[in-house]
Amino acid sequence: MRITCPLCGTRDRREFYYYGDAVYADRPAGGAAPAAWDDYLHLRDNPAGETRDLWYHEAGCSAWIEVTRNTVTHAILSTRLVAERGGTDGAAPKPRTKGKSA
Amino acid sequence: MARLIEKTPCEALLPVTCGALSLREVVGDRITSVAPFRGQATKLAAALKKLGLSWPEPNSANAKNGASIVWTGRDQAFLIGADPDSLAGHAALTDQSDGWARIRLEGPGAADVLARLVPVDLRGFEPGQALRSQLGHMMMVLTAPAPGAFEIMVFRSMATTAVHELHHAMKAFAARSAV
Repeated sequence: MRITCPLCGTRDRREFYYYGDAVYADRPAGGAAPAAWDDYLHLRDNPAGETRDLWYHEAGCSAWIEVTRNTVTHAILSTRLVAERGGTDGAAPKPRTKGKSA
Repeated sequence: MARLIEKTPCEALLPVTCGALSLREVVGDRITSVAPFRGQATKLAAALKKLGLSWPEPNSANAKNGASIVWTGRDQAFLIGADPDSLAGHAALTDQSDGWARIRLEGPGAADVLARLVPVDLRGFEPGQALRSQLGHMMMVLTAPAPGAFEIMVFRSMATTAVHELHHAMKAFAARSAV
């Protein structure tokens, strides 16, 4: 199995660490209902087919990557940096300095 | 005060040779991690230009007059062999000079030796390229200081293991070549 790191290119699976479903990056807002947190922490789909999950390029460039893949065919359909994914709830860590990304 | 004896990361381990292949330590250069502050890309580029360098794209490196800058990750590069003071204010600068073991592998078949340890095809890897990958199970920064030569950077704490793994692969490659 090979995963395309958006920065490094196509690399062997052994360079990556699997973190779990990509919904883990969609953290509920601070005042969200307990049910939303329960869902976020514990409930996961288990699809036969296309799924999105988070991988860490641990032995490479140390970037977090969102991988879209098919659990039936094992095909890697697309990858992108989690940093370029954008927050869905405004709860992303705030940058320490202001201005545009370098 | 205690009299401390400075040792290089690969002290007493290198150099070693195996046929025409050689493995030796690269020492002495200052290594600084450069992580640009947001909005400072243009000013950082100008400061680097005065050193004869440019901000490296992913998987690349460039060098001038003994100084080099090597891409090491997202928004991060290592400035090697240069004084980083002129970059202050434009990037987070962290001295890493003592944190890395730098090992140079060269000779015919060097790429075949690394093929036993690195899960990336290094045939055609040449000066100007840089990559992050594994050497065995160790995190590594790899560059090509000259055609056919590789410079491997691993954490200093991994120096003994890195030399052992590389020397083992060199011996295996030499034995295979002799068959």
